[in-house]
Amino acid sequence: MTEERLDVEMTVNGVPRGARVPARRLLSDFLRHDLGLTGTHVGCEHGVCGCCTVLLDGEPVRSCLMFAVGAAGHAVTTVEGLAAPGGSPSPVQRAFAECHALQCGFCTPGFLCTVTALLRDRPRPTDDEVMAGISGNLCRCTGYQNIVKAVHRASELMAEAE
Amino acid sequence: MKPPPFAYRAPRTLDEALAALAEYGADAKVLAGGQSLIPLLNMRLAAPAVIVDINRIGALDTVFVDATGVRIGALARQRRVERATDAARVQPLIGQALRHIAHPVIRVRGTVVGSLAHADPAAELPVVLAVLGGSVEVASAAGGRRAIPAAEFFAGALEPALRPGELAVGAFFPALGPRAGTAFAETARRHGDYGLAGVAAVVALDDDLRVAAARIGCLGVAATPFVLDLTDVLGHRPPDSCDWSAAAEHAKRAVRPEADIHAGGDYRRHLIGVLTERTLRAAAAAARDGVIDD
Amino acid sequence: MTTKLFGEPIPRREDPRLVTGRGRFLDDLGGRALAAAFVRSPHAHARVVDIDVAGALDVEGLVAVYTWDDLGGRVGEPLPLLIPHPALTHGRTGYPLARDVVRHVGEPVAMVVATDRYLAEDAADRILVGYEPLPPVVGIEAAAAADHLVHEDVPGNAGARLVQEVPGPDGLSAPAAIERAPHRLEFRLAIERSASMPLEGRGVYARWDADDESLRVYSSTQTSTSVRMAIAAKLDLPPAKVEVIAPDVGGGFGVKIVHPWPEEILVPWAARLLGREVKWTEDRREHFTSSAHERGQVHFVRVGFDDEGRILGLDVRFLHDHGAYTPYGIIVPIITSTQLLGPYKVGAYRVEFTSLYTNTVQVTPYRGAGRPQGVFCMERTMDRVAVHLGRDRTLVRAANLIQPGDFPYDQGLTFQDGRPLIYDSGDYPELLRMVKELIGWDDFGKAQTEAAVRGRRLGLGLACYVEGTGVGPYEGGHVEVDSSGRVHVSTGLTSQGQGHQTVFAQIAAAELGVPIEDIRVTTGDTRRFRYAVGTFASRAAVLSGNAIALACRALRDKALRIAADALEADPRDLEIEDGIVRIRGNPAASIPLRTVAVLSNPLRYAFDEEAARATQFAVGGSTDQPPVAEGEQPGLEGTQYYSPVRSTFAAGAHAAIVETDPDTAEVRVLRYAVVHDCGRLINPRIVEGQIHGGVAQGIGGALYERLIYDEHGQLLNASFMDFLMPYATEIPAIETAHLETPSPLNPLGVKGAGEAGVIPVSAVIAAAIEDAEGIRIEEMPISPDDLFRLRERARRAAGESSGAEAGEARPV
Repeated sequence: MTEERLDVEMTVNGVPRGARVPARRLLSDFLRHDLGLTGTHVGCEHGVCGCCTVLLDGEPVRSCLMFAVGAAGHAVTTVEGLAAPGGSPSPVQRAFAECHALQCGFCTPGFLCTVTALLRDRPRPTDDEVMAGISGNLCRCTGYQNIVKAVHRASELMAEAE
Repeated sequence: MKPPPFAYRAPRTLDEALAALAEYGADAKVLAGGQSLIPLLNMRLAAPAVIVDINRIGALDTVFVDATGVRIGALARQRRVERATDAARVQPLIGQALRHIAHPVIRVRGTVVGSLAHADPAAELPVVLAVLGGSVEVASAAGGRRAIPAAEFFAGALEPALRPGELAVGAFFPALGPRAGTAFAETARRHGDYGLAGVAAVVALDDDLRVAAARIGCLGVAATPFVLDLTDVLGHRPPDSCDWSAAAEHAKRAVRPEADIHAGGDYRRHLIGVLTERTLRAAAAAARDGVIDD
Repeated sequence: MTTKLFGEPIPRREDPRLVTGRGRFLDDLGGRALAAAFVRSPHAHARVVDIDVAGALDVEGLVAVYTWDDLGGRVGEPLPLLIPHPALTHGRTGYPLARDVVRHVGEPVAMVVATDRYLAEDAADRILVGYEPLPPVVGIEAAAAADHLVHEDVPGNAGARLVQEVPGPDGLSAPAAIERAPHRLEFRLAIERSASMPLEGRGVYARWDADDESLRVYSSTQTSTSVRMAIAAKLDLPPAKVEVIAPDVGGGFGVKIVHPWPEEILVPWAARLLGREVKWTEDRREHFTSSAHERGQVHFVRVGFDDEGRILGLDVRFLHDHGAYTPYGIIVPIITSTQLLGPYKVGAYRVEFTSLYTNTVQVTPYRGAGRPQGVFCMERTMDRVAVHLGRDRTLVRAANLIQPGDFPYDQGLTFQDGRPLIYDSGDYPELLRMVKELIGWDDFGKAQTEAAVRGRRLGLGLACYVEGTGVGPYEGGHVEVDSSGRVHVSTGLTSQGQGHQTVFAQIAAAELGVPIEDIRVTTGDTRRFRYAVGTFASRAAVLSGNAIALACRALRDKALRIAADALEADPRDLEIEDGIVRIRGNPAASIPLRTVAVLSNPLRYAFDEEAARATQFAVGGSTDQPPVAEGEQPGLEGTQYYSPVRSTFAAGAHAAIVETDPDTAEVRVLRYAVVHDCGRLINPRIVEGQIHGGVAQGIGGALYERLIYDEHGQLLNASFMDFLMPYATEIPAIETAHLETPSPLNPLGVKGAGEAGVIPVSAVIAAAIEDAEGIRIEEMPISPDDLFRLRERARRAAGESSGAEAGEARPV
């Protein structure tokens, strides 16, 4: 029983990366275990919790609901790639820390990726847009209060930076 | 919760895909958006021998809109269709329902046709296709193409009327007629969950702004989308004098939903009544507003 | 000002790592380790007849398969019963791998080790286990009926029965006081099962060092020190050869205090046997069926009261669903029975519980740990009394409150730590006043009436609670200043998101007078601190916080002694600010702490420039005294322990306004108000965050979350699709206010805050729905379907006997 392996190459956080993996390797496991980018977390492996959310060509997707081979040739951004090239945290990352929008931090990378895409599309979101935007990510620690605040704060920080 | 092993095929063209499906027949499972299939694989509730991944077939990533309706290719993502303003103009019900499907992140990957082909009785899009009288276009290496009307396509719970070797390549949602309006409502436990019950309504008015046609499609109440024509119950009256609650009562009596862990059958039936009245009213109002706007 | 850090809402020091993907959670470690997976029982109750592993053997990458027969020595014995209690006459625990009988779906039967998790699952799928099904016992009623037994040697399925009684001031027992009371009511109240459900499951990663014959284990646990002792005992290793580290832990909420889990024994055991690193990362389905649940209890309440609503006698009997095993003893029902009384003095009290086995996942504490059930009983009782008397619900509560002058207040019961239930401090009337003001209690009637005119149904509910926090026996703190001036603080208990690296640094900075940037905090690492209990029962700030404060104070005294010597001053004239020891009023005479650290450690060898200042020819001073003075130890470090005589008691009051949809029976929480008293606040922002999270879990437990078993013992909703944890869209804005009544029991005056948010929520939401609907709410959680059925029942009852209010509690 030898399982076929495929060469899977993609751009991750701006860097070409690749590994030889079975077709069934989930993108989440590929990022974490084949590429060592453990910032992307796995909370349910059935697409509900949102911890594993990454950006695929800029759009947020569940990396546990994709095979790595399906992302071949695409550009993936993980939490490790959200900071500016110099390493200074992005407005969303700063806002989450500033607003105490995380406790255990396990769901946080998924929220950060989701919110990054949300604010790119809606730089000044309404309360309803924030709610809809983060509605697919579970957090068991914060009760979401400060996450909502952080989204608005990140929006402010982005506006200030312009 | 890791998927079982499978052979993987990623055709670049439709012909290659059909050839692969012809070769593997019932052993193959088509992967489009994967938002329903991959959870099943991760839980090892499905173990196909072969996955035919159609995500590389760019020719299927299409949304055509014309006066007759909206034709959606097998790779068009729900998020894209949701944002398609021309599609919303021609058939607003699609977008109204799409917003109830899970969460935006799921809709980024999930496809419209994939949701139809999954044929979940609690899903939104099958009901939309059914109430609109749309169809699913299927293709196979041997049999060419055929269009399956919605009423036939949803053969049972999670059972689309697809033969081994066939691929759902597109779906056609007919355009909204003149002086017509639509509405969609569902009651879900949490925002984004499958509806406990849901209703899609289409109401058309005649030249005198009386109800000419009224149809609803219900989700969560049967193994397949349940469509009901309420035109006669409403009796060709102007919306203001329609007995909406009688129509709701009629709908309630027509459905026999089953219980599951989230809700009992009686409650689901009650919801069908409530949502029928709400959506009929809203659809009639939209129909009238459309006329006034014109 | 570094020394004013205590009480400041400073940003968390954990966050820069966690927001950039540099967290180190269990599965982030051990990239080269072998992966373990488990074959778990699909039956709720069955005899294991045979296990055929042949099919697994041709899975490429398979390394080993183990069943109970392979487990030797103490590894093959039942898991420990962690908290024995005299009333737990029939405590039972499972084996790491099932021996003869499985007693719940998800119980581990075989362990597979392979080169990766995919292959391990492939192999596990191919192991064929023959089962002979036995009749399952599911549900509290079935367990009590005892037509079938979960453990054949536990008659009646009853693991424990415990009665506590406190006579009234007149010496009457509760039943007698109730009998004589002017008014009496009796009713049944039930809470269903939920679970902690942290987003990171459990996980264990073990490395055996064959040369050193030592073991290093990482576990996603709430207690690394005790896991260490358990592993050492089970694997027959000297404790000194075992180190256990809790890395970043992705939430615990109680479930990760249980230990040793089967996997915590088996993974290190296999790592030693194989001489390879082995890791097991629990997946979500495993977490649902193989960890622990809580909350499921049915209560029968009898109460007698006077015309003012003063409770003269309260008699509560309840049945606790313990699941298949009792590894954590009967802590949960003990807490229910003692914390039920809340902020009230009841005349006479009797509580009796029976803890029953069922063929379901074991029950161990989940945030709140029995308190939500107790508060539900007490607060629903208050509401019933108020309705019965036609009095305002807050007046009835006020009539029963313990007054500020009553502290310390002895409830006359024995608490979960075996100590008397004596409240240390509080101001309950003020809490009630504040929450009424925050929610607008007195004006609500008008709003409710106005809404009703527009066809909207609004309801207001309120509940109070007292929470024993900071339970012993002890925690410790170690503080060390190195020769660079860095301050290393360590404590043995673990962190799961509570911000310990921040609050413990705040305490140390304030106590020592050093910049917080110089402080590094380590928790849950037995290499750094060996003696500890764990993080549970809202105890970290109280226990470790005070221990660290005491260690800092001792270290500060030592630093001042050494500095006084160097500065030729009296230690009493010295102060430390910004890491520099100064003579008060003479800023020129100063010495940095890092230099004090150097001086504290007389050296022979100079390994760097700082060290050179402490070598024997560099240091002056007396030659007729030993370099290390009598009674002193080298190094600027110290360890202190804090062991409280008993728990400290936080308290609070919550209120909520809900709207129920007249058509769909959906419930929406419009406003949620919290007034909270956990004594002195170390970091208000972190305390608020704890409250927010607790309330959200409470709303989950009140409206969304329940674990549903069918009669066969299958868990029907073992996924996030069907176990409905709230998203942001389900949680309202939470309004908070604080009251601070310092605890007199500890040096910092703090009380615990971790669990408070969750405790009264079901009681509050039930009361609010009842207020909106005029229908009694006796069971939680409540779904729209439940409310629909209650409405239908009320409608039918109203039709049958016009006049009699549906569901009216009957006077006895």
